Amino acid sequence: MESTAIIDVLTRALPGDPARFESVAARDGMPTIYVTPADLVATARLLRDDPDLRFVLLVDITAVDYLPRTPRYEVIYLLVSPGASGFGTTPKRLRMKVRVADAEHLPTVSGVWASANWAERELYDMFGIVIDGHPDLRRILMPEDWDGHPARRDYPVQIKLPVKTYEPLQLSQEEFVANVESARKRSLTE
Amino acid sequence: MPEHHDLPILTTTVEKMVQWARRSSIWPVTFGLACCAIEMMAMSAGRYDIARFGAEVFRGSPRQSDLMIVAGRLSRKMAPVLRRIYDQMPEPKWVISMGACASIGGVFDNYAIVQGVDQVVPVDVFVPGCPPRPESLIYGIVQLQKKIDQQRMSA
Repeated sequence: MESTAIIDVLTRALPGDPARFESVAARDGMPTIYVTPADLVATARLLRDDPDLRFVLLVDITAVDYLPRTPRYEVIYLLVSPGASGFGTTPKRLRMKVRVADAEHLPTVSGVWASANWAERELYDMFGIVIDGHPDLRRILMPEDWDGHPARRDYPVQIKLPVKTYEPLQLSQEEFVANVESARKRSLTE
Repeated sequence: MPEHHDLPILTTTVEKMVQWARRSSIWPVTFGLACCAIEMMAMSAGRYDIARFGAEVFRGSPRQSDLMIVAGRLSRKMAPVLRRIYDQMPEPKWVISMGACASIGGVFDNYAIVQGVDQVVPVDVFVPGCPPRPESLIYGIVQLQKKIDQQRMSA
């Protein structure tokens, strides 16, 4: 399925200016479309549920930082329609891109594809793109108290920092004692 | 002085005997972090056979180990874990920094990787290589054995 055919489905189902959906000819031949952040969730739901499309699998979310350019980021959603029974007619892939300005937020698509949860956390961790409505927006790769977002273009590759060799105590002393005592009680009753 | 050279007895000092015991049974803790761990496994397997030097008993628990072979690049996120495992090992304990990444960061000269594990734990032997061949690591362990032989008990 060509990206223009996918855009036809989108413009038919979603009201508004049809010019806001763009299709681009990718050099690898993979259908590629651009959508706007405002349409993201509605588009995602449509791509998943439309009987002709059925992009039920979100493979990954990634992004590119084109620093001098505005808008600064392009967020890329890689989608697959398996083409098996109940999931579309033919196997197909789609690259959905969203242009995101610096300090602009994105809505979450984790309500559409559950696999977006961790992928959006990675997006936030590496690029600092804040995801609105995300159920659990914490860092996923870097330490939780890390400063900055390493995949940004203006982030230094080498940094001189003392290495942290301790972990802050994650339990209070009372919680620790309660844990030990409950484990002891359990081992006595078993 | 009674004649006893027919008896099966050797005399030595306590210090020498303890040094011999320590050097001949260095139990490493399993701490493979990256591709160096593959060479470390090869070292303990039959072809290179570190059992010849009494160091083949890899332990899953730091509390039963004498040696930590840091095999691979250490990320900043992993550094507290490495330190905690080192702290859980009973004295006397030794550390081998295996390969370029563990020793100086290797090719990973970036924000995420610790540029040398000697910033986290005291290192006794650095083994160069990327990754070091099993022979290199065995040589490192033999160097460590020589070092243990020179350590005084009273120190």
